[in-house]
Amino acid sequence: MSSPDRSWPLWEVFTQGKDGEPHQHAGSVHATDAEHALQNARDTYARRNEGVSLWVVPSAAITASTPEDMGPFFDPANDKAYRHPQFYKVPKGVKVF
Amino acid sequence: MMQAPAVAEDPQRLEEFVARIARDESIEPKDWMPERYRKQLIRMMAQHAHSEVVGMLPEGNWITRAPSLRRKMILLAKVQDEGGHGLYIYCGAETLGVDRHDLVQELLDGKAKYSSIFNYPTLTWADMGAIGWLVDGAAIVNQTMLAKASYGPYARAMVRICKEENFHKRQGYEIMATLARGTRAQRAMAQESLNRWWWPSLMMFGPHDKDSPNSEELTRWGIKRKSNDELRQRFVNLTIAQVKAIGLTVPDADLTYDEASGDWKTGPIDWDEFWRVVKGNGPCNKERLAARQKAHDDGAWVREAALVYADKQAGRSTEAA
Repeated sequence: MSSPDRSWPLWEVFTQGKDGEPHQHAGSVHATDAEHALQNARDTYARRNEGVSLWVVPSAAITASTPEDMGPFFDPANDKAYRHPQFYKVPKGVKVF
Repeated sequence: MMQAPAVAEDPQRLEEFVARIARDESIEPKDWMPERYRKQLIRMMAQHAHSEVVGMLPEGNWITRAPSLRRKMILLAKVQDEGGHGLYIYCGAETLGVDRHDLVQELLDGKAKYSSIFNYPTLTWADMGAIGWLVDGAAIVNQTMLAKASYGPYARAMVRICKEENFHKRQGYEIMATLARGTRAQRAMAQESLNRWWWPSLMMFGPHDKDSPNSEELTRWGIKRKSNDELRQRFVNLTIAQVKAIGLTVPDADLTYDEASGDWKTGPIDWDEFWRVVKGNGPCNKERLAARQKAHDDGAWVREAALVYADKQAGRSTEAA
């Protein structure tokens, strides 16, 4: 059943550099299960204290937007300049707002 | 030298892609890309990853004979880093739709290339110094350029690698500097090692631009940003000062300083030797592949056991549910 040459599944690795920072994508590792993936992620992406916390996620479990979506998918954000503070003029007399 | 694409690309998509490269945009895995771009990247990244992995062998040779515990710990950490570098780049290559397993198989079958520098033997402890200083030093010059490559996953792997290579270069230079100020025999050992590694290190940048079959295309795709000769010159200029600082000399009677350009001009490189080693007839080509094959075979039971264990655990959790 198990051939030694069967590829181990792929996992995406996210590292949190310091306490309080967000987890960021670091790369991927091959591993047979979640615990194995965490150990491989530590050896591959955290040999120099690059992480105080690691997440591993099966690559197949990630759903991503596609490049073709870029226009229409993000459209709703394009025409709402009033969501940004620069949209509003502050009267001249106000120095600190 | 342009090779005809295997498939005809949609001219409009190709034009948009070329425009993205011209705007220095980062190309990401799911983006449309021409087949030639994908093929060249897979070839180059696989070759790069293989170089990291095979690069563990010449240094691994000295771990058990390191002259002190400090040096042994450093060398172990460096060799482990090289394995890690291989993994970063294989994982980057996999984003292009290939499987690491297949890439490794191509290496073992002798179908894929790796950097020729690793086909030279490590005869003395000073070679650990020369490799860290010169080979990793040359790699840093090349990889600093590749950190700006147009393919995002490759560029990001290079940023990570460059940070780590600096430790590799420092520890190597420290070994050489220590030997160079040691006894007469130690000093001779350092010089002899530099003599052997100098020219192969210059060859690491590849043939002259006019003789480099892939350079034009890699440059056009924004993967390479500088030519082989430019990178080689940068390495020579950086290294000569370091050679002088520890009182050694490079084995090149024709070396001259060119005031006008500020460049150190080397004598001619023996390209016959370069091609001989690339084509498989270097001092250690067969030994390196045999060692890699043995490590792969010796690890087969571990890979199999891990899979069987995972299957068993998965079975158990379904039963429990």
